This record gives sequence, structure tokens and C-alpha cells, in this order.
Amino acid sequence: MQEANGKKRKRIRALTLLSCLMAAVLILAFLTRLLEPKYMSDVVEGAMIAEYYGAEKCHDVLFIGDCELYENITPAVLWEEYGISSYIRGSAQQLIWQSYYLLEDTLRYEKPKVVVFNVLAMQYDEPQKEAYNRMSIEGIRWSPAKVRNILASETEGEHLIEYVFPLLRYHSRITQLGAEDWKYLFHRDPVTYSGYYMRVDVRPAENLPPAKPLGDYRFGDNAYAYLDKIREKCEEEGIELVLMKAPSLYPYWYEEWDEQMENYAQEHDLCYINFLDRTEEIGLDYRTDTYDAGLHLNLSGAEKLTRAVGSLLAERCGLTDRRGDPALDAIWAKRLARYHADVEAAYAALAEGK
Amino acid sequence: MLFASYEFIGFLILTFLVYYLIPRRWQWGFLLLAGYIFYALADPRYLLFILFTSASIYGCGRWLAARKAAFRERFAREKEGLDRERKKAWKAAEGKAQKRILLLGLLSNLGILAVTKYTNFAIVNVNAIRTAFGGSALPMVDLLVPMGISFYTFQSIGYLLDVYWDKISAEKNPLKFALFVSFFPQLVQGPISRFGDLSKTLCIPHAPSAEHIVPGLERILWGYFKKLVIADRMLVAVKAIIADPDTYGGAFAFAGMLFYALELYADFTGGIDITIGTAQVLGIEVTENFRRPYFSKGIKEYWKRWHITMGTWFTDYIFYPMSVSGGMQKLNKWGRKHLGDRIGKRLPVYLCSFAVWFTTGIWHGASWNFIVWGLGNFVVIMISQELEPLYDRFHKRFAVEGRTPWKIFQVVRTVLLMSLLRMFDCYRDVPLTFRMMGSMFTSFHIRDLALSSLTGLGLGAADYGILLAGTILLTLVSLAGRKGSVRARIMTFPVAAQCAVWFGLFLLVILFGYYGIGYESSQFIYNQF
Repeated sequence: MQEANGKKRKRIRALTLLSCLMAAVLILAFLTRLLEPKYMSDVVEGAMIAEYYGAEKCHDVLFIGDCELYENITPAVLWEEYGISSYIRGSAQQLIWQSYYLLEDTLRYEKPKVVVFNVLAMQYDEPQKEAYNRMSIEGIRWSPAKVRNILASETEGEHLIEYVFPLLRYHSRITQLGAEDWKYLFHRDPVTYSGYYMRVDVRPAENLPPAKPLGDYRFGDNAYAYLDKIREKCEEEGIELVLMKAPSLYPYWYEEWDEQMENYAQEHDLCYINFLDRTEEIGLDYRTDTYDAGLHLNLSGAEKLTRAVGSLLAERCGLTDRRGDPALDAIWAKRLARYHADVEAAYAALAEGK
Repeated sequence: MLFASYEFIGFLILTFLVYYLIPRRWQWGFLLLAGYIFYALADPRYLLFILFTSASIYGCGRWLAARKAAFRERFAREKEGLDRERKKAWKAAEGKAQKRILLLGLLSNLGILAVTKYTNFAIVNVNAIRTAFGGSALPMVDLLVPMGISFYTFQSIGYLLDVYWDKISAEKNPLKFALFVSFFPQLVQGPISRFGDLSKTLCIPHAPSAEHIVPGLERILWGYFKKLVIADRMLVAVKAIIADPDTYGGAFAFAGMLFYALELYADFTGGIDITIGTAQVLGIEVTENFRRPYFSKGIKEYWKRWHITMGTWFTDYIFYPMSVSGGMQKLNKWGRKHLGDRIGKRLPVYLCSFAVWFTTGIWHGASWNFIVWGLGNFVVIMISQELEPLYDRFHKRFAVEGRTPWKIFQVVRTVLLMSLLRMFDCYRDVPLTFRMMGSMFTSFHIRDLALSSLTGLGLGAADYGILLAGTILLTLVSLAGRKGSVRARIMTFPVAAQCAVWFGLFLLVILFGYYGIGYESSQFIYNQF
């Protein structure tokens, strides 16, 4: 009898401990969700990377790179005008190794025919800022590629464990919580259109700061090593790699940098296009086609650049028009409906001065 | 490796797991290895110093023990044939020989401590004299100061003196002795353990048991609460004040004084909680170092409750030996003869106390600030000792002794006095410290203590709220601790309530801890000693 009571007590104790453990895990998970930045209003760039997983995987072209891609190219136009299904996996100040690991990550879900990499990231040979790392990496689903991405990107004071348990990173937000944190506790709104971040406002490019002379114009070894990795990965997977430099006026793209990219492309038989040399051909007007004085294009500029990119992809990469494919048509019909509705709303808001 | 770092927590988890997974007879050997890894991760060169201390003190201890045993045996065998004088002479000669071994151990280790820690301090002072007389300044030297050298040197010296005084037997196994010197939880900030205490549980096999693992983990968590939620947050405001003394005088100096007292307490006791908790998880008992010092009613009591192992070390290894030394006996006699019984009797006590407090001061750091701080304590203790008859008369006259308001007054007075002396820890030199002390009385503006002013010190209103709540919790736990262990009482709660308490504390540390990107990961203050 006593023995039976003892066993019962032990069982109850074990069950209580287990329940407490589960409650603790739930509370920690809830707090993590609550305290993570939602990136829904001010800095939406942090929400872009994760959005990809919600999209149908049907892309012939994958764009990887920084803001010069996700603000300058609109996949909706590529589909509408060339029948090219594409997606931009872009993030703010995306470093080249982050682009590489994003490519590895994307290949877990789909295999595009063409990968377009924006070469501005070649200027960075070392990790830069924790805030940008967070926005580029946090949204990626867990995989060995993500772990390697974190380890390659860590700045001083960053720890892998803070990516595994984001509560350790964002705990201080407990005193700064706002309405957005509660509103987006369990869901996020889409902030891009197949990876494109839309802006319709205009701020002409005037008085650009002069280019600062550099001590050494050669891209770093690490940057080259990851460019090699991107190239090799594409070769391995039978994907065509295209290197491009978007026509953003600033940060300055030096002649010496351009030359190195030309040489690299030539050496490895790659297509490299510097769209800064083709602004007239594209029809870009930096008085009306940029929203932040030449750093990024607005929708008008992005549409113009996208047409040029579409023409290049169709001609040089032999991508065929896939409009008429019922599955793709259905997917893009949904995406375009939202895109056009939001374009209209954005222009209306601009006209109202909002 | 900072205690307050992911690396240390990872190191702890790994150590705990391996410790309980390997055969128990290997546990102490593994702890020795873990200690050396811990130390080498800070700087591999440090290992040379700790190995030297371990080897030299162990060697001297064994030498002393062997010599004592041989002497005892020979003396027992041959004493019959000797007269009293010859026995005395033989003992004296043997005593001298043993003292030489002792001195060899003491001076070689204190020499290293002195050279590594105090060379530049000496150069600074020599330079001050040389330049005053128009001479040129000597260059400073770049010396490696091993982490925690003051702690493990004093701990080892204590062992050697205990062997010399026959209080303990010398350890035979050099590796077990090496573990006593390098036991990693207490390696960098104490407590300064005695071999007789620590060795009881250090090298014996330990089975994993919830009885010591759970309370150990709870204590570690409480230590992190003090360190991360209170100490490191408070440090921001303290640093802001001491970095800009020209801006922050008066009320800010007063606030800084109190902030530093709180920070130091939370930092040091938090570190010791982590140390003792870690040892407890490993099944090892480490001496307590604090007993609610800020509830002391007088400065003497305070020093019996603050950094207890250091206080008893100085008392046992400096004060008492010095007091009973031949020199002090002579001074006692001389004093009584020339200055009268009352003063003569006290003269050696004063001198020994002076030596203890001077050493305590310089042990804390190679600067005049610490020396003046130590001597400040000496002066306050001596004055309060001399005024004791007056206090007694006052207590009798007003019948305040034992009354709660009077007790509160005594506690507040002690805290303020100790905090005032601690200002020497903060400011860059002694004159500046005195100036800041003075400013509290000459330019005190109460409006400076408004929240709107205090938020200019790098902390937000929420931070002050967290500090206030944390301090209240700390005080309540200390008060509850007067009636016995708080953790032991929590263990009598139902399991779910226990889980709620400890998970609640864990959440407080995780959410309100001052750690991670954007926060400065600061060393425990006592690591630098």
C-alpha cells in the first residue's frame, strides 16, 4: 500500500514537472514571438527574406543581392511583358556570402534556370553590421546553409545562439513593445511583390556626393571566394549565372571595380551587364525615376530597368515566354491582382500627398 | 571567459555533463583539466604562473612536512640523551630551517605577485619623486598580470602557513593540490578557500543527485540575476558619473556613491553565488563569502559579513601571527612602560590593524586609491573602537539599544559610511575622490536626483524601474534569509510552485538582464584583483 502510494506520488511529481516544462517552453515561445521585431511598418526589409517560403516555387529566374535588386526590379513586369517567372531574394546590404547561402537555401525548394547576382556586394569582404545581418538571415528557414551563413556573417558580439534563441537578442524590447508587436504576433502581411519592394514617390537625384578615392580598389579575397562559390554552385546545378550592376548612382561604382567584374566575367565566360552604362538606352530619368535621389529607383524607374533585364534574359539566356502555362498563369494572376491594386493605391496615396 | 558569457555557460554545461558521465574516480582529475582549460582560454601564458604556484607551494609543503616528520622522529629517538638547553637549541635550529623553507615558498610567490601587479605602481611613484627633483621618468613596463593571481596566491600561501603551523597535513598528491589551487569556479574571484575546508569534498567521488544539483543551479541563477539585472545595469550610470566628475558633482556624486555600493554588492555577491552554485552542482562545498553585509549595524560587523574569506585570511595569516610575534611583545612592553597601560596595550593592536588594512588596500589594487581606502577603513574602525565607551553611555542614557528605529539608523549609517569609503574605488585619484566627497556637502541640489536628471546617465526610466524592483527583491530575499536559507524554504513548496518561482527568476534574467548586443559585457569587478 505504502509502495503504491510512493509510486503514485512519484508519478504525480513527474507529471507536474513535465507540465511545468511544457508551460515554460510555451511561455518562452510566446515571448520570442512577441519580442521579435515585426518589420511591418518602419523597416520592412527585415520581413522580405521569410516571405519567399509562402510563395509558390515556380521561378525560372532567381535574383540574389541587395537593395539594388529588390528596389530596382519588379518580377510582375517580367511576367507580364516577357512571361518570365522570377523572384528576388534580396535584403538590405546583403553580403556576398549571404547571397551564396540564400542560393543554397533556395535550391532546397526549387531550381531556377538563371541566377542573377548584383555585384555591388563585392565591395564588402568582411561582416558589416549586425542589424543588416539580422534582416538578411533571420527570415531564412533552419538548415546547415543558414548556420554557415550566420557563422560567416557574425560581427563582434554576435553569437549563433542568439539566432537559435532570438529571445536572447531581443529581450530588451520588453520595455519598447508597441501595437505592431501585438497585431503581428501570429502573422505577417506581405511587404514585397515576389521580392520587389515598391516605392512610387519621387526625389530627384541632385548634388550627388563625389566619389571618395579608395586606397585599394581590388575586391577582397573573401568576396572573390564567394563569387567563385556562387559560380561553381550554378555550374554544378546547370544554372546560368548572370552578373549585373543596377543603375543606382550611389553608392559609387568605380571604374576599377567594373573592370574587375568585366575580367571575371570574361575569364569564366559569364554574362556581366553594368546597367549604369545603359541608362539612356533604358530611358532612365533620374529626375523622375528615383525616390531617394539616385540610390534606388522608384516604380517608374524599376519598370524601365525590368524591361531591359527581361529583354536581356530572353535574348541572352534563351528564356522562353511561359505565359499560357495554366499553373503559372493562375499563380501570377493572383500575384498581379495584388500588385496592380497596390500600385494603384500607392499612386492614389501619392496624389493625395499621404 | 567571463562568467556572464555564453561561452562560460556552455563550458559549465559541458563540464557538468562530462563530470557526471565519467567514472567517479576520474572526477577530480577532470576538474583539474577543466580548470586549466578555463584558465588557458583566458590566456595560455597564465598557466605558467599557476603551475609555478602549484608546484612551488606543493614542493615547499611536502618539504616542510618531511622535515617536520624527520625531526619529530629523530627528536623522539634522541631527546633522552639531551639536556633542556640542547633540546631548546636543537628545536630553535630546526625552527629556523623550517622557516627558511616557508620563506622560500612565500617570497617566491609573493615576489611574482608583487612584480606582476605592483611594478608599474612602484615606477609611477618613483617617477613622481624623480621628476619632482628634475630627473627623468622611468619607462613603464608591459607585464602580464595573470587573472585571479591575488586569489590563488593567497589561497596557496594560506595552505603553506597551515602546514607550517601544523594545522593541516601536507597534501601528498601533487595533482590534488594543483586542483585546490586551480578549482575553476573560484579561480578568478574567490572565495579564498582553506585547504582544510575545500579538500573535504574536492577530490571525493560525487554521484549526481537532485539534492545538490538543483540548489546549485538555483544559486547560479540567483547569481546571474544579481549580476545581469542589477549590477551591469547600474554600472552604466556609475560609469557616466565617474567618467565626467566635472559635470557630475554634488547630488550626482551622492547618487553615484549609492549606485556603486549597490553595483558592487550585486556584482560581487552575484559572482560568488555563481561560484558556490557551480561547486554545489559538482557536489563540492565552498565557504560562504557574504552574510547580508548591508544589514550590519557597525563597520566591524560589516567586515565580518563582507568578503568573509578575505577578512579571515588577513586576520589569521597577518593579524594574529603579527600580534603574537616577538616584535609586538616587545612593543607591548615598551608601550606600557612609556605610554601607560591603556595606550601601551593598544599600540601593537593598532600597528597590526594598520598592517592588515594597508595590505587589504593594496591587495585590492595597485593604486593609492586602494591604499587610502584600506587605511580609511582602519581609521573608521579604530575611531569606533575608541568611542565604544561613549556609545555605551549613550545607549544606557537613551535606552535605544535593540529598538527597531535605532537598528535601522545603525544599518543606514554603516551602509553610508562604507559606501563613502568605496568612492575611492571609483574615481581616478585620491584628490578627486576627496573633491567628489566634498561636493556632496557643498553643492548638493536635490533636483538633480529627479528621474529626468538621472536619465541623462545612460539609463532610461524603465531601467531605473527595473533597478528599483530588483533592489527591492534583493532586499526582501536578504531579509527572508535571516531566518534560514530561502532556497531551502522554497524547496518545501509544492513542485508546481517551485517551478513557478525558478522559472519566474529565469525569465527575469532573460528579459531584464543587461546582456547581448548593445550592452557592454563587463567583467566581474573582483576579477581584477
